[in-house]
Amino acid sequence: MLAREMTPSPAVAPETRGLAQDEPVEARWLRRHSGLVRFTHWVNALCFIFLLMSGLQIFNAHPALYVGAQSEFEHPTISITAKRADHGIKGETMIFGHAIDTTGVLGVSTTGGQVTPRAFPSWSTIPSYQDLATGRLWHFFFAWMLVLNGLAYLVFGFASRHFRRDLLPSTAELRHIGADIVAHLRLRFPRGEAAKRYNVLQQLAYLAVVFVLFPLVVLTGLTMSPGIDTAVPQLLSLFGGRQTARLIHFLATCGLVTFVIVHLAMVLVSGVWNNIRSMVTGWYDLRTEPR
Amino acid sequence: MRNVSMKPKAPHRRGFLSAALSFFALSLSACDRLSSEPRARSVLDAASSLSYRVQRLLLGAHRLAPEYGETDISPVFRANGSTDPQDDEYLDLADREFADWKLKVDGLVEHELSLSLDDLRALPARTQITRHDCVEGWSCIGKWTGVPLAEILSRAGVKSQARYVVFHCADTLNDGSLGDDPESIRYYESIDLADAAHPQTILAYEMNGKKLDIAHGAPLRLRLERQLGYKMAKYVMRIELVRSFAGLHGGKGGYWEDRGYEWYAGI
Ligand code: HEM
Repeated sequence: MLAREMTPSPAVAPETRGLAQDEPVEARWLRRHSGLVRFTHWVNALCFIFLLMSGLQIFNAHPALYVGAQSEFEHPTISITAKRADHGIKGETMIFGHAIDTTGVLGVSTTGGQVTPRAFPSWSTIPSYQDLATGRLWHFFFAWMLVLNGLAYLVFGFASRHFRRDLLPSTAELRHIGADIVAHLRLRFPRGEAAKRYNVLQQLAYLAVVFVLFPLVVLTGLTMSPGIDTAVPQLLSLFGGRQTARLIHFLATCGLVTFVIVHLAMVLVSGVWNNIRSMVTGWYDLRTEPR
Repeated sequence: MRNVSMKPKAPHRRGFLSAALSFFALSLSACDRLSSEPRARSVLDAASSLSYRVQRLLLGAHRLAPEYGETDISPVFRANGSTDPQDDEYLDLADREFADWKLKVDGLVEHELSLSLDDLRALPARTQITRHDCVEGWSCIGKWTGVPLAEILSRAGVKSQARYVVFHCADTLNDGSLGDDPESIRYYESIDLADAAHPQTILAYEMNGKKLDIAHGAPLRLRLERQLGYKMAKYVMRIELVRSFAGLHGGKGGYWEDRGYEWYAGI
């Protein structure tokens, strides 16, 4: 649907009063996103936030990750714990044997004015207080929603050729990737004709999110279920055991969080309202100055 | 008042940020409130019923949970929940090495049973090396030997009205959330008849080739390999067949279920 230029009917067109008299309407407004992509995008964003925050709640119940089928409690690959310190307690994050003092955010943080031992802080979890049972309720509810929504998006994406047309970079585009990276770093964004398509970096990021990170998170999530392991034991071999699956689930989530941060920064610097309007209503203003 | 006639200012960045933060804080406290609202919980819980149905479909009756090798057995198998029950009745039994302990089987059965450890050992046994997954997120691998629950149930004869198998345990575990009423703090669990008939569903009296120790549930514990650890009742005293668990304890079918955890713990 991306890059299909149309003359908007008055009923759906956004404000056009600002247009100069002699400008043709169709040169300005681009029907950028199809309804299904817009709908599934926002459902996905909602699910992602709930899954992330309830996931951190679940992580807090045993804030340590391991490689293999089982937990070698003395040797976690990653752990976030509270340690005794000279003055009270300190938060310590261990990553591959390196200890980092993360007091204040990870391991030890302030909850309701009280210094509390807690892996992820209260403001980052659902519910905000320690409650694994409720965290699981939220998590599995939104996991189902994310999966059903994601399937609808995938079916549509293939059937409508959205993936091939809009997300798959052409070889010519790939060859220009160097120039694109430089332009991005200088916060120069495509305008006019070039702005009608996702640029290569965008395409690659979306492809990674849609076809690598989300599938990884979903499959490793399923691998943590003893029921699913019984039905599909191949998942255990694929990911190297239940605890490795839990580790990958966490790391892929870190990848998604990184994506979302960059994604939001890009939305912000390349014309917030135009971007958001296009993702809500479908209409993209080709003449908006990115700022 | 001097500003009234002035043009509205462009949205201030600081204002936007603090508005976003307040919105975030409000949403968080809304989530907290929803979390303890029974109707909201039952909406969220619909996902759990869906998981149960889908997993039952995928699993069928007899698919076995993965089994591991001797070399995979965890050097340290973490014990969770009750690890040293202080209930008088239990302490007496433990003092005499469970020589007077009897497993009672009653409820919706043709013949009530009362079985000693020797009786159980004389029944057909199954040994399995399996992964134990705690709801908290960790896993340990152990070797378990015991009687398939199906053996016991076939001797008792399950009446056709029965739908669940309830395990009544010797330990009280008080996390403080439901008060001190002895009824609410006694451990119990329940499973459906499909899981009860599963070949890996055993009542274990041995762990890693030795007599089951107290920390892991002596003299007898349930192994339910396709679900999480909290389903696997330790210190089992009595097995009751019921049509519904609504009248038992908190009515949700288990100690942790009464405290908000899902009854179906296959995920
Ligand atoms: C809540 C804040 C978010 C905003 C404001 C936002 C905004 C946008 C916008 C404006 C686009 C279209 C970009 C363009 O036309 O060039 C887009 C596309 C996309 N966003 Fe987001 N997004 C948000 C959250 C997320 C999250 C949480 C994810 C995933 C973790 C995500 C994944 C994607 C993907 C994969 C696309 C491409 C969709 C396609 O064309 O098939 N977004 N987003």
